[in-house]
Amino acid sequence: MINPLLVELALQFLLLSLLSIGGANAIIPEMHLRAVDIKHWMTDADFSQMFALSQAAPGPNVLIVSLIGWKVAGVAGGIVSMLAMCGPSFVLTYQIARAWDRFRDAPLRIAIERGLAPVTVGLILSSGYVLTQTTDHSWLAYVLTAATLAVALITRVHPLWALAVGAALGAAGLV
Amino acid sequence: MIDGESASPRVSIGALFRGFLIVGVSGFGGVMPFAHRMLVERRRWLTEREFTEALSLSQFLPGPNIVNLSVIIGRRFQGTAGAIAATVGLLLLPLVIVLVLATLFAQFAYIDAVRGACNGVSAAASGLILSVALKMARPIRRNPRQVTIAAITFAAIALLRLPLLWVLAVLAPISIGLEWWKRS
Repeated sequence: MINPLLVELALQFLLLSLLSIGGANAIIPEMHLRAVDIKHWMTDADFSQMFALSQAAPGPNVLIVSLIGWKVAGVAGGIVSMLAMCGPSFVLTYQIARAWDRFRDAPLRIAIERGLAPVTVGLILSSGYVLTQTTDHSWLAYVLTAATLAVALITRVHPLWALAVGAALGAAGLV
Repeated sequence: MIDGESASPRVSIGALFRGFLIVGVSGFGGVMPFAHRMLVERRRWLTEREFTEALSLSQFLPGPNIVNLSVIIGRRFQGTAGAIAATVGLLLLPLVIVLVLATLFAQFAYIDAVRGACNGVSAAASGLILSVALKMARPIRRNPRQVTIAAITFAAIALLRLPLLWVLAVLAPISIGLEWWKRS
């Protein structure tokens, strides 16, 4: 008997795979909406912790998907979610890469790219906003978010430093 | 760029797997700069221009961008087997590490300092994602049409919390249609 939660995770992420225009960072609000508000799989605090772990682990930012699956249905949930998230986009990318030479300079492709660019910006901006709403519960947390934003925009400091400073301040009980 | 590249090096399935295995564990919260270093600077599988084209295709399609890139590069050198080898190589170690980390975290989540560190990482990482969005907004900021679409997307997803499927189903065709109509 297959765990029905695994089936549900698979269905959720098979769809999100094709909706994730702009990558995993673009679907954070949708994952939050489904996992916390609709399915009640986890609390805001759980979601925030899964996000933190995905950022603190080495690897691509799509790892948040496997952590949400893990929170819902353990290690099997993490693996199933990751496979579902990557499967449909894998097939689509493979097929389009074959035909890319012909379409590279096609006016329709240029219109699609230019049309999707602002949607992607809106989606990732939404992710940042929803994350601050979900994770920042003290004035120092907001200051940390704002300071990281400013440092990332103005300097070329490695992002890992921002995460390390955040972890240190948080461990000291300040955030 | 995919086929008929005369100067392309030969890259075996094993080399694709090992190359992307290293890329997978190289970065935190995004590994694209390490993919660039491996593909262009160190192993010279791609020229700068070929990398940029593969990157723009991988960003244009849905799905995790770095996974799409591994599919495009793997396919280019070794077809389906290459695409699978590159993608599995990319995701295998990070997936194992993050699941081990999560299991450990579950054991120690009762400690205040551990939960606090998580809060701190989340707050900082939220700032990083906002910075990614603002950097991506630079090329479109002088185009009122694109700024409007970005603002409506933000309002629909972040403020109204509407489902992504419906937001994309309405906004993507409108935005693409406007660009098509206004093309020079």
